[in-house]
Amino acid sequence: MSARRRPAGERTARMRPAALCVLADGTVFEGEAMGSLLPPAREEARPPVRIATGELVFNTCLSGYQEVLTDPSYAGQVIAFTYPHIGNYGVSPEDEQAGRPFCRGVVVRDLTDRPSSWRSAGSLEGFLVRHGIAGVTGVDTRRLTRHVREAGAMPCALGTAPEAELLAAARAEPGTKGVDLVAEVSTERPYRVGEAEAGGRLRVVAYDYGIKKTILDRLSRIAAVEVVPATTPSEEVLGRRPDGVFLSNGPGDPAALDHLVKEVGLLLGELPVFGICLGHQLLASALGGTTYKLGFGHHGGNHPVRRIETRTVEITSQNHGYAVADGTVEGAAVTHVNLNDGVIEGLSREDLRAFGVQYHPEAGPGPHDARYLFDAFGRLMEASR
Amino acid sequence: MGRRSDLESILIVGSGPIVIGQACEFDYSGTQACRVLKAEGYRVVLANSNPATIMTDPELADRTYVEPLEVEVLTAIIERERPDALLPTMGGQTALNLATALAEQGVLADFGVELIGATAEAIRTAENRDRFKSAMREIGLGVPASGIAVAPVGIGPAGRERRDVRRGLEEAVRIAEEIGFPVIVRPSFILGGRGTGIAHTPDDFVRLARTGLSASPVGEILVERSIAGWKEFELEVMRDRLDNCVVVCSIENFDPMGVHTGDSVTVAPAQTLSDVEYQKMRDAAFACIRRVGVETGGSNIQFAVDPATGERLVIEMNPRVSRSSALASKATGFPIAKIAARLAVGYTLDEIANDITKATPASFEPAIDYVVTKVPRWAFEKLPGAPDALGTRMQSVGEVMAIGRTFEESLQKALRGLELGRAGLNCDPGERRFDDLPIDQLVEKASVPTPERPFQLESALRRGVGVDELAAATGIDPWFLDRFAGIVAERERLAGLAAGDGADGAGAFAALGRRDWRRAKRFGFSDAQIAYLFGGLEEDARAARLGVGVRPTFKTVDTCAAEFVAETPYHYSTYEDEDEVRPASRPRVVILGSGPNRIGQGVEFDYCCVHASMALREAGFETVMVNCNPETVSTDYDTSDRLYFEPVTEEAVLDVVEAEQGAGPGGVAGIVVALGGQTPLKLAGRLPAELILGTRPAAIDEAEDRERWSALCARLEIPQPAGGTARSLAEAAEIVSRIGFPALLRPSYVLGGRAMEIVYDDEGLALAFGALSLGAEGLLATERPILIDRFLEDAIEVDVDAVRDRTGEVLIGAVMEHVEEAGVHSGDSACVIPPPTLSAETLGVIVGHTCSIAEALSVEGPINVQYAVKQGQVFVIEANPRASRTVPFVAKATGVPLAKVAARVLVGATLAELRLEGLLPPSAAAADAPTPPPRHVSVKEAVLPFDRFPDVDSLLGPEMRSTGEVMGIDRTFGLAFAKSQIAAGNRLPTSGVVFMSLADRDKELGAVVGAAFVELGFSIAATAGTAAHLQATGTEVAMIVAKVGDSAGDPAAAGDRPGDAAHADAVELIEQGRIQLVVNTPRGRGPRADGAYIRRAASANGVPCLTTVAAARAAAAGIADWGRHALQVCSLQEHHAAAAGDVAGSQGTLFDIALGAGPAASGR
Repeated sequence: MSARRRPAGERTARMRPAALCVLADGTVFEGEAMGSLLPPAREEARPPVRIATGELVFNTCLSGYQEVLTDPSYAGQVIAFTYPHIGNYGVSPEDEQAGRPFCRGVVVRDLTDRPSSWRSAGSLEGFLVRHGIAGVTGVDTRRLTRHVREAGAMPCALGTAPEAELLAAARAEPGTKGVDLVAEVSTERPYRVGEAEAGGRLRVVAYDYGIKKTILDRLSRIAAVEVVPATTPSEEVLGRRPDGVFLSNGPGDPAALDHLVKEVGLLLGELPVFGICLGHQLLASALGGTTYKLGFGHHGGNHPVRRIETRTVEITSQNHGYAVADGTVEGAAVTHVNLNDGVIEGLSREDLRAFGVQYHPEAGPGPHDARYLFDAFGRLMEASR
Repeated sequence: MGRRSDLESILIVGSGPIVIGQACEFDYSGTQACRVLKAEGYRVVLANSNPATIMTDPELADRTYVEPLEVEVLTAIIERERPDALLPTMGGQTALNLATALAEQGVLADFGVELIGATAEAIRTAENRDRFKSAMREIGLGVPASGIAVAPVGIGPAGRERRDVRRGLEEAVRIAEEIGFPVIVRPSFILGGRGTGIAHTPDDFVRLARTGLSASPVGEILVERSIAGWKEFELEVMRDRLDNCVVVCSIENFDPMGVHTGDSVTVAPAQTLSDVEYQKMRDAAFACIRRVGVETGGSNIQFAVDPATGERLVIEMNPRVSRSSALASKATGFPIAKIAARLAVGYTLDEIANDITKATPASFEPAIDYVVTKVPRWAFEKLPGAPDALGTRMQSVGEVMAIGRTFEESLQKALRGLELGRAGLNCDPGERRFDDLPIDQLVEKASVPTPERPFQLESALRRGVGVDELAAATGIDPWFLDRFAGIVAERERLAGLAAGDGADGAGAFAALGRRDWRRAKRFGFSDAQIAYLFGGLEEDARAARLGVGVRPTFKTVDTCAAEFVAETPYHYSTYEDEDEVRPASRPRVVILGSGPNRIGQGVEFDYCCVHASMALREAGFETVMVNCNPETVSTDYDTSDRLYFEPVTEEAVLDVVEAEQGAGPGGVAGIVVALGGQTPLKLAGRLPAELILGTRPAAIDEAEDRERWSALCARLEIPQPAGGTARSLAEAAEIVSRIGFPALLRPSYVLGGRAMEIVYDDEGLALAFGALSLGAEGLLATERPILIDRFLEDAIEVDVDAVRDRTGEVLIGAVMEHVEEAGVHSGDSACVIPPPTLSAETLGVIVGHTCSIAEALSVEGPINVQYAVKQGQVFVIEANPRASRTVPFVAKATGVPLAKVAARVLVGATLAELRLEGLLPPSAAAADAPTPPPRHVSVKEAVLPFDRFPDVDSLLGPEMRSTGEVMGIDRTFGLAFAKSQIAAGNRLPTSGVVFMSLADRDKELGAVVGAAFVELGFSIAATAGTAAHLQATGTEVAMIVAKVGDSAGDPAAAGDRPGDAAHADAVELIEQGRIQLVVNTPRGRGPRADGAYIRRAASANGVPCLTTVAAARAAAAGIADWGRHALQVCSLQEHHAAAAGDVAGSQGTLFDIALGAGPAASGR
């Protein structure tokens, strides 16, 4: 009989420091510290973090946590995952939607210590620590979700600090309403994705309000893409003589972005325009529409959307806290509707060759059901040449 | 789009008896389909041979045919009912195969019946592996390299058509050599992977390929590249007629490829797929369902993924609801079968509301915020000789599902739910057998998949073996193993706390604070495990835990991860902050379910629980179901007012009862323990006594406790076989010296004849006693004495199901006479209503005894009493104050809803009240009133799993081994018996050779039976001894057959010896197709007796084999009646109406059983 191969089991029970997630309305969730809230190890040269704040939203995706965490649309927000085990397959660089996460924190029921996947390049916790993202694990995230569902998305504070201190921090956090978060995430200078080939390949200028890498992947399949900063004037865009303009996704409240809407308005009618998420909202605003804040938003990968044209249903990836108010966009046809709550999911002004969808046809994470929209944009540009 | 108005009448085909690979998940799906289609206003016609199902309740369909599931029978039903459509996707492989045959034979076209849910073309594409693979390649999906070998049809020795297996084999070998070993062999059109296996060497291969070619109904096998060790996933997909597709659930197998998915521990949702991989798999699944052409409904698609590279292959797809879809429905709250039925009649997903939220449509993909683990339940202990290694052939008989917020919690719950005496993932006395093994041996054992693997893995991890080493040895993903390691680490932490405290008894748990308890519970540890670790009692652990305020919270399964409000109270326990149990307005009755299906406890008890729920809801209670079997109707969230998906254990039940006590007005009115079989009954003593409904737990004990029970019988002057109770072999020998051999030995408190044995001599007694007192797994023989009875040979066994109310009135549900003599477990014996051979006087005595026993035990509710009748004298064998497995059969045979009546009586209703209310027909009179002669005879026949376990002897005995049952109903006993045999898959021949080999004690009756067969035109072949006896009584024997054991050499090799025409032995004759019926009764003990080879050959060659003379006599009667009258189909509704005298006896439609049809049977 061989002896015990190790003095103890594979691992010893991990005891993390206690941490809290405190909402601006005073609701407290108990858990344990993770990510940047962990005390730095001796060899780590990072400052200890005691408190992180942001607007708390929940996301119902079962997989795709890395894409969610690196989606710039989550700037200013703390993300609570409803699926309990997060981090199972680790992180891999090719799944990142941006160079770094822009969210402010993460709340989970159970963080996986040891990931398993042939694609994995490291653990999620390592990733969070590296990027200074605070997190709390061990939380009754279902209670949290039910609370946010009823009370709405609201500011919160995460940390190892005392409850009173966290509550004060949560109350001081402005949230997203009326805040321009695009400036925080947009590229500083233009760049290209996919070289324009000889033979007249389509060319698209994409406004970066917080653009996801998966969108660039999908766009670059139909066109050479030039990504420009959010504040790029319309005449500069037109000066690049593209076949179409793409309005990207991005974080926060579209009502705080009048300066961007103005430029979109100047492009309409000049060339085909396609907007996704925030881009869709800015398009609608430029067409005279108004937007409003949803109670707790749509953040997940299972939202049924009716495509009016075919009467069919597509399962969509969604991530937005604001939406276009019904009936406010004159002259535009509603092309897509959310079957759960009737929220407008797609608009089109054929005469202006402009359309947008509220959800994420590029997926990443989420289902691929609506990828046809990129082809539709390609055809529109071809037809407009 | 909406409901199709061009259809009026729809035929639904069920899946027949419960067999391995096809269990009560199809009762769940079929019941949902019947309900939905009836609610949509269609006329529903149902065909299913299984009387234990809820779907065959007469009120669920307009016409219910409990008839054999054969093409000829369905043709007759179609001719009679003229349905517009046939829905074949609810009854498993059985229904799909039948639908394919009906389409191919032109029956559907002749009668203008449309296949809905799946077209014949789609079924063919999915089911034929070759077509499926080329279809997948066509759309760019990877499939394992493979080839098809077919055994062509030729003419065999007896001039019959036979498959040329040898030619098929040659082709198979060529294919295997091309692909390279290891290869996997899969026979076509076979359910549950029967005949499938992995061959590592050419020798293995030849053996498997030969079996597979013979087993496949089309003589076809697929030989393919083995991808054993890859990760396995399943997606449950739905599609509607507008081509909307959704994935309802993803499932990841804990066991890698190589273990049949039905035998794998599986987890939902998939845990180790990144979104990039998952979405590609989802795309592939949609491409698959579109290409196969399943236009509406659900399908299940299996994938294998190379853990090193992510390469993904499609393995198979089922164009129908399946066991996995039942699991997915329970795991997500998305009722696949119900929605598939609606899609089949024209709805689109977005037109159907999500039942749970009521506010959102069904066209979405459930988001879940918990982890679901399914663990299969095997029955190897009942099948000596079966190897317990798991492979590509499914062997499990049931399964448990558990829900937890983490994998750890759900895994440990599921392991407790199996009811194998384990408290979770080890940390209980059962772990010692793993901990005692040397580590290297343990790791080696764990590398072979067996039911014990999870426990072996835990023990290995706890003793220092690393996750990586175990992952390499087993192919199990390190994610799962790391979770095991987390459980181990937490246990070691808790053990450290235990060691630091000197206190014992109730004080032992003082070291555990609130945070410790909460952590432990969140890792899924039960109170029993903590008690084991701390050396205390479970009840003290519970008290200590409640003392520091740690109690479970109940969360809701809501399809949407709490994004929307859930209307349906479908709960599971976990340890969190917030509890979601809503206040109730009416008193609650908690119904305890029967846990996983196993041999001895199956769908019959689920039927009883579901009926209790229906009856008690109607009576104004809120019903609360507790159960953990995902295949069942009881765990459908629609069945009861509240569903708690929990293991049926003391801790879980007490938690539910406490939660419901606190949920508002009325509290808990009571707990039903009498309808779920032995599982809830065993808990009765540990639950608050004042809440147990019906018969007092003390009376249950009185019936179980041998001495008290004997005293009671003596007081009532009811004869019992002589017997006694032994705690030692000496005591046993003393008893036997008093009562004489043969003797029947059994432990107390068992169901399904667990470990019963009949012994004929001292040696047998010693062996059997030794085996029983070793305390085989699942038994506590040392604590519970062994019962020894004189075994009454050649006695007729009789079962009575009755209900006694609080006023003392007794309703006799039915008196059932067994076909097989006493000594064959009642669950394995065919039985008949009404009793064909008992005199009115004997019946009167039996009814009288039943009433006295019920009275003496103060039974309130159901009671089952078993008797043996020998030479007119009635002996009582045992009484059980609970519903028995025959309750649904009785209800189908008589039309009296016995389970509903029992449930109402449990909550205080009297039989008189129920008669007034109409639940009991006025004709269902009290026991002392005369019963009118019935117009039909009902036979229940057991279905045995021997075709799946070729090395297990098919002999029947006191240990129950059947997995399911079928029912035959017709005008005479013979016809009903013949139908029951056809339904059970034993088509009786009407001509040919009957081979007889009988034990000495059977020879007298055997001669009568032999003469009957000769009269019917059969010729007889017999072994020398049997032949001599037959000839002595004047019966002609055409052929004297060598005993297998008489031949030189090892009898095991008998089948491989070259045939010797003059002196061929029985095995050879069977293999040559020269025997049409085998009657072989046991004479020796042990699996090596020669009869075993004969029975095995019969089983392998599909020759009906009867192992009792009584059954042979019944068969002769059946064949005789069948010769005089054609079989007819007739619905239960018509039978019941005729029996109640409402209408004249209905005339069924004649149908023709092609194989060996009775002479008088006419074609359509």
